[in-house]
Amino acid sequence: MPAPIRLRELIRTIRTARTQAEEREMIQKECAAIRSSFREEDNTYRCRNVAKLLYMHMLGYPAHFGQLECLKLIASQKFTDKRIGYLGAMLLLDERQDVHLLMTNCIKNDLNHSTQYVQGLALCTLGCMGSSEMCRDLAGEVEKLLKTSNSYLRKKVTLCAVHVIRKVPELMEMFLPATKNLLSEKNHGVLHTSVVLLTEMCERSPDMLAHFRKLVPQLVRILKNLIMSGYSPEHDVSGISDPFLQVRILRLLRILGKGDDDSSEAMNDILAQVATNTETSKNVGNAILYETVLTIMDIKSESGLRVLAINILGRFLLNNDKNIRYVALTSLLKTVQTDHNAVQRHRSTIVDCLKDLDVSIKRRAMELSFALVNGNNIRGMMKELLYFLDSCDPEFKADCASGVFLAAEKYAPSKRWHIDTIMRVLTTAGSYVRDDSVPNLIQLITNSVEMHAYTVQRLYKALLDDISQQPLVQVASWCIGEYGDLLVSGQCEEEEPIQVTEDEVLDVLEGLLVSNLSTPVTRGYALTAIMKLSTRFTSVNRIKKVVSIYGSSIDVELQQRAVEYNALFKKYDHMRNGFHLSLLMIINFRFFVVLSSFKMVQVCLSCLCVVPILQANDLLDLLGGNDVVPVIQNTVSTKPASAGGELLDLLGDLSLSGIPPMTAYNKNGLKIDFTFERANPNPNIAVITIHASNSTEADMTDFVFQAAVPKTFQLQLLSPSSNVVPALNQGTVTQVIRVLNPQKQQLRMRIKLTYTHKGSAVQDLAEVNNFPPQSWQ
Amino acid sequence: MFMRFLLLFSRQGKLRLQKWFTPLTDREKKKVIRDMMMLVLARPARSCNFLQWRDLKIVYKRWYASLYFCAGLEDHDNELLALEVLHRYVELLDKYFGNVCELDIIFNFEKAYFILDEFLMEGEILETSKVAVGVSLEEADTLQETMEEYMSKPAY
Repeated sequence: MPAPIRLRELIRTIRTARTQAEEREMIQKECAAIRSSFREEDNTYRCRNVAKLLYMHMLGYPAHFGQLECLKLIASQKFTDKRIGYLGAMLLLDERQDVHLLMTNCIKNDLNHSTQYVQGLALCTLGCMGSSEMCRDLAGEVEKLLKTSNSYLRKKVTLCAVHVIRKVPELMEMFLPATKNLLSEKNHGVLHTSVVLLTEMCERSPDMLAHFRKLVPQLVRILKNLIMSGYSPEHDVSGISDPFLQVRILRLLRILGKGDDDSSEAMNDILAQVATNTETSKNVGNAILYETVLTIMDIKSESGLRVLAINILGRFLLNNDKNIRYVALTSLLKTVQTDHNAVQRHRSTIVDCLKDLDVSIKRRAMELSFALVNGNNIRGMMKELLYFLDSCDPEFKADCASGVFLAAEKYAPSKRWHIDTIMRVLTTAGSYVRDDSVPNLIQLITNSVEMHAYTVQRLYKALLDDISQQPLVQVASWCIGEYGDLLVSGQCEEEEPIQVTEDEVLDVLEGLLVSNLSTPVTRGYALTAIMKLSTRFTSVNRIKKVVSIYGSSIDVELQQRAVEYNALFKKYDHMRNGFHLSLLMIINFRFFVVLSSFKMVQVCLSCLCVVPILQANDLLDLLGGNDVVPVIQNTVSTKPASAGGELLDLLGDLSLSGIPPMTAYNKNGLKIDFTFERANPNPNIAVITIHASNSTEADMTDFVFQAAVPKTFQLQLLSPSSNVVPALNQGTVTQVIRVLNPQKQQLRMRIKLTYTHKGSAVQDLAEVNNFPPQSWQ
Repeated sequence: MFMRFLLLFSRQGKLRLQKWFTPLTDREKKKVIRDMMMLVLARPARSCNFLQWRDLKIVYKRWYASLYFCAGLEDHDNELLALEVLHRYVELLDKYFGNVCELDIIFNFEKAYFILDEFLMEGEILETSKVAVGVSLEEADTLQETMEEYMSKPAY
């Protein structure tokens, strides 16, 4: 069998391949040759074959069949073999595979080898990929080696110990004795790795941290020597002596000084010295300054030192080097919470960074700018940020828009300014605005009552210009639907009122319905808006026509709405005049649209399927009292309970099942009974009708019934027949609850009742657990 | 730790060296490599050398016209120092190979690993002196058995 080709030959050959397929063919051929060579247990060329395998592995080809061969190489006596074997182990094996444990014995032997370079290889491999088991097995050997005076080995063992600690933190105690006199080393490599070990121990254990605090003076001394010492060719980097060690010491000082007055005081001088004396013309000097600043900010430094640190960062911001500007912005972002005023002083420089060409810098500057916005600088800052929003890359726009909305909400100087800012964002970055902003904005607009006319006018004008930005279009349609009357009557005070007719408004809304640019959600908004205008505008016929057309729309959501609205026209036209479809409650970004004022008591239940299913946690929020105030206004006039008959007509598809009724609540004269039906066709839905009756001598007015169910259920509460429970059992208030119970779990409910009785407000909470099994099985 | 990984790859997206300082599955490694190549190779010429990826800071630098050095750091690490670390590694390669270029690293990839292993370990710096690293490499090389090896012509 001829000798296998040499590694460099193979590399040369593979590089001549012109296509991926050609390369694959060469690799497959060579792999086959290597495999047969392995099978023959060829010792001479094993090293060469594994080396070739490692090359092919780097190109992305599978090499797992070489794993055991690596182990054989490690066990060999030849250094060349061991070198490649250990490299192969580090590249091909990983701690997840049991195979790696076979290495343990070899490594143990090699740790005790007479040649330091062999020991070094073993240490390196253990430190690179030693699993927890291996570390446990070999920790003793590592600890033994820590005592060596051989500096080449010492530094490797120390980092190996760091690895062991990271893998098996419990073993940390074992290495404590070896840390005595750790810092009295002269060799920089050993010193550096020792500082790393100390840092690791201090970070992991508060006890160790306290124990090592006494090293602060020594560390300060070493750092001082490094700074003051003359030129040392071995460690010099651009005129600075061993910057790597300096930074590591600064980092350890940071950990030791944090939260401790004495230690912080001990390092004050040296930090000031480093901060003022370090050469800043090259990156290496700035790296040290950067670490110094981080240390100063973290420990309990005196205020003069802190100001010095922030000023250094301020100088960094003006540096020509982009990397340094970036690092400054990152650090300022970290300190802006604790040293807000000091960072504010650099606000104008930070805002200038928004115009930087570099993407990383722009992002940091944006984040920092938002952190710096406060009541005083809101106008100026918002100008800059809006300008940034206009001109920035798309990847920033969503975050920037959200940030603008948040800042505007917190610090808006006036409602008009707030609305204007929102308009600006919607028109310039409208398509990048997050979906959940739309309900928030709508709520905001609703609350600014005096701005309604102005808002709807501006939104209308924006729609005339551009209908492609969906969030803008959605907010605008909603506003027009709600305040369309203000629009056509030209009531705007804030600016010149525009002259617009009802037909023009309807043209715009219909345009949204047909446009290809509108998403289904937008179309839903537009249709609802048109419907709402039927009570505000006079051209009802036109609206009727539009609504009936969409009754056969392909979009199911749209079709459903159109059909329901149509029903409103046909069956309940006499009610419609009193309708004000208002937004009453926003819960977790869903709209809960309820008919607020209507002449007729009875509500078209099927029409109100716009009401989304009320989630259990939403209602629990209501009951729990968040900042969302539940407002279910039922300003209805009294109507005899014959409405109940009509209710059952509408619910005609329900079949009464033989589930016995139950009393859910009976207290202070208020009795609430539950009757049950099963809804067809979905057997998982239980339909419960509550009947509230009042046996006292006074009426219970403003009666509101609310219910919440556990998370595995979903509950839908439809409108009540009335909110007055007449005295002396003269009538009942009924209300329908639909409960979806897909998991067939036992039904439980928590109810809340509020009403006014004899002039005083009454509120009560109760648990209902006595549901008959047939209601939920 | 300091570094989570160190990658060397060419402008054409060919991997030249991969050193992982944390245990990852093969799939995870491949994903990181793909993402790094995608992010770094897409950066415009005069950008800053840092970017944010997931929860890591990525430091990268281009040397020898077409070779990218890319390191992943943890959040509390010093990026400016990381640049110095990459620079130091390049210097070590240069010293060893004598005016190193990408081809040296391609044809002698195992040596690039040996050099790296004398400089970094467990994601931390092992030796801060250039001279010391050079000396240990030279001495280790002499242990390679054949005369051919000693003359820098590898036996394999």
